[in-house]
Amino acid sequence: MKILVVEDDREAADYLEKAFAEAGHTAHVARDGETGFALADAGDYDVMVVDRMLPRRDGLSLIAGLRSRGNTTPVLILSALGEVDDRVTGLRAGGDDYLTKPYAFSELLARVEVLNRRASSKEAETVYRTGDLELDRLSHTVKRAGREITLQPREFRLLEYLMRHAGQVVTRTMLLENVWDYHFDPQTNVIDVHVSRLRGKIEKGFDSPILHTVRGAGYMLKAS
Amino acid sequence: MRTTAARLSALYFILFALCAVLLVFYMTSLSASMLATQTMETINEEVQGLDRAYRRGGLPFLVRVVEQRSRQPGANLYLIADPNGRILTGNVESLEPGVLETEGRTETPFTYQRYGEGTIERRAPDVSELEAPPAATETRHAAIAVVSRLPNQMIVLVGRDLGEPERFRAVVQRALIFALSIMAVGGLLIWYFVGRRALKRIDSISDAGKRIMGGDLAGRLPVTGAGDEFDRLSENLNAMLTRIAGLNEGLKQVSDNIAHDLKTPLTRLRNRAEAALAGNPEADGYREALEATIAESDRLIKTFNAILMISRLEAGYSAEQLSKVDLATITRDVVELYEPAAEEVGVRLEAPHATGSFIVDGNRELIGQALSNIIDNAIKYSAGAVEPAVRVSVESNNGQISLKVADNGPGIPDQTDRDRATERFVRLEQSRSQPGSGLGLSLANAVMKLHAGRLELLAGSPGLTVVMTFPETRSG
Repeated sequence: MKILVVEDDREAADYLEKAFAEAGHTAHVARDGETGFALADAGDYDVMVVDRMLPRRDGLSLIAGLRSRGNTTPVLILSALGEVDDRVTGLRAGGDDYLTKPYAFSELLARVEVLNRRASSKEAETVYRTGDLELDRLSHTVKRAGREITLQPREFRLLEYLMRHAGQVVTRTMLLENVWDYHFDPQTNVIDVHVSRLRGKIEKGFDSPILHTVRGAGYMLKAS
Repeated sequence: MRTTAARLSALYFILFALCAVLLVFYMTSLSASMLATQTMETINEEVQGLDRAYRRGGLPFLVRVVEQRSRQPGANLYLIADPNGRILTGNVESLEPGVLETEGRTETPFTYQRYGEGTIERRAPDVSELEAPPAATETRHAAIAVVSRLPNQMIVLVGRDLGEPERFRAVVQRALIFALSIMAVGGLLIWYFVGRRALKRIDSISDAGKRIMGGDLAGRLPVTGAGDEFDRLSENLNAMLTRIAGLNEGLKQVSDNIAHDLKTPLTRLRNRAEAALAGNPEADGYREALEATIAESDRLIKTFNAILMISRLEAGYSAEQLSKVDLATITRDVVELYEPAAEEVGVRLEAPHATGSFIVDGNRELIGQALSNIIDNAIKYSAGAVEPAVRVSVESNNGQISLKVADNGPGIPDQTDRDRATERFVRLEQSRSQPGSGLGLSLANAVMKLHAGRLELLAGSPGLTVVMTFPETRSG
């Protein structure tokens, strides 16, 4: 994946460049808004990570500028400001996701991978398949190895999100945001319990595990 | 001129003096013009009288009348002269030359010498009275007059001495000087009282201020007990200092708590890394240590985020972000979110289906987060009870909507402890063993303040009931 990182803090930018490289991605770094805009406008990036406060041109104006030129590259906004209204302004300016500093790199990586425009083409599909697991979005049915599994509405949405991003790490906060539409960190392991309930339903009585826990990061749905 | 008092006194003195001088000049000129009018009227009457006398008895009668009137004490000036200017009769001995030549009213005062005056006095030192200049200052007076000609070309002059207005002017001048000196004395007195006494108190206040800035934070400004403006100022400043000291104390406590709450996990983090380096060299051991490190860092980040969020909420999160939200929906969502987690630890989490409208002006995210913190606490603390249960309900009464979370755990029996529980980082003794940042309820409290509502901790029977009360919606 080709990632453009627009971040003025040298240390943070270097770290991101290196960390993305270690995760198997190519990251280019721009240290100010104007350079970032020029690079994004010229290059073909899969995802952009843009800091909100940048020298020469701030992050939001950069994104708005790109969007007005028809550039639809998914953008994750990084910000030290972390309130609901900031998130809303960020997303309204054309950002696709929002992460507050300080963040864990695993969280950033998971979100960037989910944003990847080449991978996220599943929106249009009506049936998701991962291994022998099958989810029909229209009829709201889930089958594994041809056997129907009954899920609660919330469990269905949880599985739907996991299957849309099958093979990718999904963090707890991402699940809370996308399945419950809340943007805070729950204090205890509430998400874990939901996931383990779901896991019980889709793994119990079947040979192989399919919903994996990625320690220190989150979960991943993947056929073994 | 360095003190305010001296400047003020000087300024007032100059201002008042200016006003006084202006006033006096105005009054004097007004009075002078009034006097002049009066004088002219008197003269005109005299002229008419003489005119009547002449018409009745001719020149001889006129001369008799003039002589008679001239002799009266304080009489006006009368003079009858022949066409050549030679004085025939009257009480004027000599005149400034040229006065008789211009008929009508004299425009400017002229000097004259009264008959029988000055000549006697001058006789002693001077041999020849004719050589003596008639313009001897002490006997010459200023006067104004009307000169008219009789039909036989005789000149008649009626005038009035200007001595009276001049005396008046002298009186005014003396009064003015007197008033100005009184004012100067007054200015000095003001300077003395304001400068030496009142401003001394301002100095004492500023001295106390310097002392406090110098580090004597417990020091306060002097209050004399007079109850005047200075006392009120000192009292208010003292109240402000007390408030600042309180805030400072709070800040200190918070930073101590932050230091404690962040130092502990940081130390743990470091120890774990150190132990991993020193201990088993297998990859699995490293992996475990690193994973634990990440988990610990995540907790640290969470604590940081919570601190930041509370600060921002307390700094006044924009109320424009509020919209109409349904508390029943939020309750359902959060309860649904926590239900499996509660079940996991054996706590029954119930939320009776609420009927009715529970719309408030609020922020769904923030209310959801506050409620989740409260439910999280309730689950944690009721877990040890017999048949642990947490009951979440929404009620509406008197236009206020309240969200209640009641548990049957040990509760917080002490009222002061219940009040303290919403303060930042306060973790009551019995909760030390439970995981958590000690920020959950403070965050809920900050959220409720933002919604102009309140967060109350009530003693349940048994357990604790946390009530979030929202004010009535502004419209509809």
